[in-house]
Amino acid sequence: MPLIAEVFEVKKDDFVSAGEVSAKIKRTLKKLGVDSAVLRRISVCSYEVELNLVIHSLGGTIDFSVDQDGVTLLVKDCGPGIPDLNLAMREGWSTAPESVRTMGFGAGMGLPNMKRNADEFDIQSTVGVGTEILMKFHLK
Amino acid sequence: MTIRKIAELLEAKVILGEDKLDMEVDMAFSSDMMSDVLAYVHGRTLLLTGLVNEHVIRTAEMVDMECIVFVRDKQPTQEIIDMARENDMVLMTTWHTLYCTSGILYSNGLTGVGRRK
Ligand SMILES: Nc1ncnc2c1ncn2[C@@H]1O[C@H](COP(=O)(O)OP(=O)(O)OP(=O)(O)O)[C@@H](O)[C@H]1O
Ligand SMILES: [Mg+2]
Repeated sequence: MPLIAEVFEVKKDDFVSAGEVSAKIKRTLKKLGVDSAVLRRISVCSYEVELNLVIHSLGGTIDFSVDQDGVTLLVKDCGPGIPDLNLAMREGWSTAPESVRTMGFGAGMGLPNMKRNADEFDIQSTVGVGTEILMKFHLK
Repeated sequence: MTIRKIAELLEAKVILGEDKLDMEVDMAFSSDMMSDVLAYVHGRTLLLTGLVNEHVIRTAEMVDMECIVFVRDKQPTQEIIDMARENDMVLMTTWHTLYCTSGILYSNGLTGVGRRK
């Protein structure tokens, strides 16, 4: 039985509220007393994945849950999918347009950041269908 | 190094957090790319940036950064200041460029974040 289970919707191109889901998740976990170093790793991952939904996807959801074992973020979007995952996972590789770069994103660091910060990381993507990312964080 | 010392060295104007100037930071990071901030920052780190928008505050919030210096005299909007206030942050602006801001602090003993963990 999860202690917390919430699903957040993230809209495409919604730069105004981008980051609000991650801020909510961070506040919730802080209240639960999650260690600050672990909390920072979770926050980095949720923020990166939330921004990817806004910037690159057609919209999606972040499924946030907490149980005895830890924190899980399951992220699904409805396209367009990533044609070459190896390339996408590479530091510095980005398809973000100039308009996104001037906002401070598009360094091509998000996916590698998530992989490094999550205790478990899995990504599946199908062009024309969507991308699914599963991240788990162990709580001591 | 205290935020007060940093403000003095940079001839910076404190926009928010006048009451928190005795707070200390151990290192600094300069960037206009928020994912680089998320990749490198840990611990009590000062952010130096020429980027002024809400995402800077949100990014700092995610990695628990409490002080941001905007370079090249960039002024945050009221919305940005309000968001930073909710997160108990210190905001300042300096007329120096990012390069000079970093150089001044580094030569006065404030180190960088070092090799990534
Ligand atoms: N949900 C997604 N849907 C479609 N494409 C994606 C998605 N997430 C990432 N990508 C693709 O993978 C690339 C790399 O993503 P990553 O998050 O590493 O970097 P970025 O978002 O471009 O820049 P940064 O994260 O540094 O701001 C993106 O440029 C984009 O082409
Ligand atoms: Mg990204």
